[in-house]
Amino acid sequence: MTNQPVWQPSASQAALESRAQQLSFVRGFFAQRQVMEVETPVLGRHGVTDLNLDGVYADVSAAGISGGWLQTSPEYHMKRLLAAGSGSIFQISKVFRDGERGSRHNPEFSMLEWYRVGFDDAALMSEVSDLVCGWLGCARPRIVAYRDALITCAHIDPFESSDRELRRSCEQWLEPEQLAGMGRDACLDLLMSFAVEPHLGRDVPEFIVGYPASQAALARVSTQDGHRVAHRFELYIDGLELCNGYWELVDASEQRHRFEHDNQLRRLAGKPERAIDEAFLQSVEAGLPECAGVALGLDRLLMLKLGTRDISDVLAFPFERA
Amino acid sequence: MASYSTNEFRSGLKVLLDGDPCIILDNEFVKPGKGQAFNRVKLRNLMSNRVWERTFKSGESLEAADVLEQDMEYLYTDGEFWHFMLTDGSFEQHAADAKAVGDTVKWLKEQDVYTVTLYNGAPLSVAPPNFVELEVVDTDPGMKGDTAQGGSKPATLSTGAVVNVPLFISIGEVLKVDTRSGEYVSRVKSS
Repeated sequence: MTNQPVWQPSASQAALESRAQQLSFVRGFFAQRQVMEVETPVLGRHGVTDLNLDGVYADVSAAGISGGWLQTSPEYHMKRLLAAGSGSIFQISKVFRDGERGSRHNPEFSMLEWYRVGFDDAALMSEVSDLVCGWLGCARPRIVAYRDALITCAHIDPFESSDRELRRSCEQWLEPEQLAGMGRDACLDLLMSFAVEPHLGRDVPEFIVGYPASQAALARVSTQDGHRVAHRFELYIDGLELCNGYWELVDASEQRHRFEHDNQLRRLAGKPERAIDEAFLQSVEAGLPECAGVALGLDRLLMLKLGTRDISDVLAFPFERA
Repeated sequence: MASYSTNEFRSGLKVLLDGDPCIILDNEFVKPGKGQAFNRVKLRNLMSNRVWERTFKSGESLEAADVLEQDMEYLYTDGEFWHFMLTDGSFEQHAADAKAVGDTVKWLKEQDVYTVTLYNGAPLSVAPPNFVELEVVDTDPGMKGDTAQGGSKPATLSTGAVVNVPLFISIGEVLKVDTRSGEYVSRVKSS
């Protein structure tokens, strides 16, 4: 990372051309399936309450209104369209996450997000496969349970193990004093990132399903084999996390409860609380249709297409050059 | 003391880890989409020269290490310490012990300039320039006119370093040597 100005793009001309082809492939894919393209604000009045997502605050003022956040995802706005009767929709948009920069992260990135009315998680996974395999020409993904992946790669049962056992299995990466303040989910994130992820999707792409209910985010939860699991899926190809999808939660009071719980976690972590997006909650209350939705990182999809391990190879101007 | 948080980590940054000064070689940001972020960091321990790999939770911080690299002229050795002087006109002197001088001892020539790494104001290590010019004090007799023929022989230089040189090199000649590989580069002048 440098602070010296560099005017040239970091992506090759071939990568820029491939990006353009990818965009037209995606638009063609949804046109064929009669899914409507929409645009929602990149600059919203509210941020998100998620513990581990930091939005970029935008100090905007206009006509008696001030503040705002660059969106971490178009999810809330798109769901408001769904509640208003849009039917199935997709969007290609820029999203923003503060503090995220690395070989797979840039603070600003391109996201493809789509919602299918009447679909559940299984139906949407099938459509994700159509899109991803159609573009990459790869084998169709197999489905792996989160629990099985953790047991196989990290030798720990994410549902049955005690907090103590979970922390102990993290000792390979962190010192005891670093582990002291870490909850179950943070430990699981560590194991997922370092022990599991590198092995996922090596031979064929892999969907991970059945996340712990504590990591449901905006997915509905059900009981499977005695465990509370989220109807959430992620797709991994060659160790790279490509998308995150939900069979969407349509229960407004449960949704409010989760936002409030998020803020509790933020308080405990010493982070500022975030105002809850009431307009979004009202739309869920008014009636979010039964649907499934997924967010897919387009820059990473392009990385896979071009066989590169560095996101800078597919971005015209990563943050240091922007 | 200043400290750096994980999002300020970059290669070249000098930090304190387990009480030792380290230089960050590589910093990889790792984060599951909605989960806790971590930094996988490679550091070189400047005391032991070992490479460490450590994981940090994003937001954790490390103290800055008071490490400074300075150009200094080598003056002399008293047998126990090697004495260097800053080239900035201050005439400030520092004494490096055998551990700090390390392998560089075989390239030390009086009045040449070296990069001395100071930690808390004392020499931690001494690095030679990439090329030094040293006189041959001992080698088998030179074979004049035999420059085209291959083959090499050992030559002892004024600092005690032994390098392989072409057969035509003789005692008294000054050679240019690459300190990174310890290899002969060229003759500087013939005797």
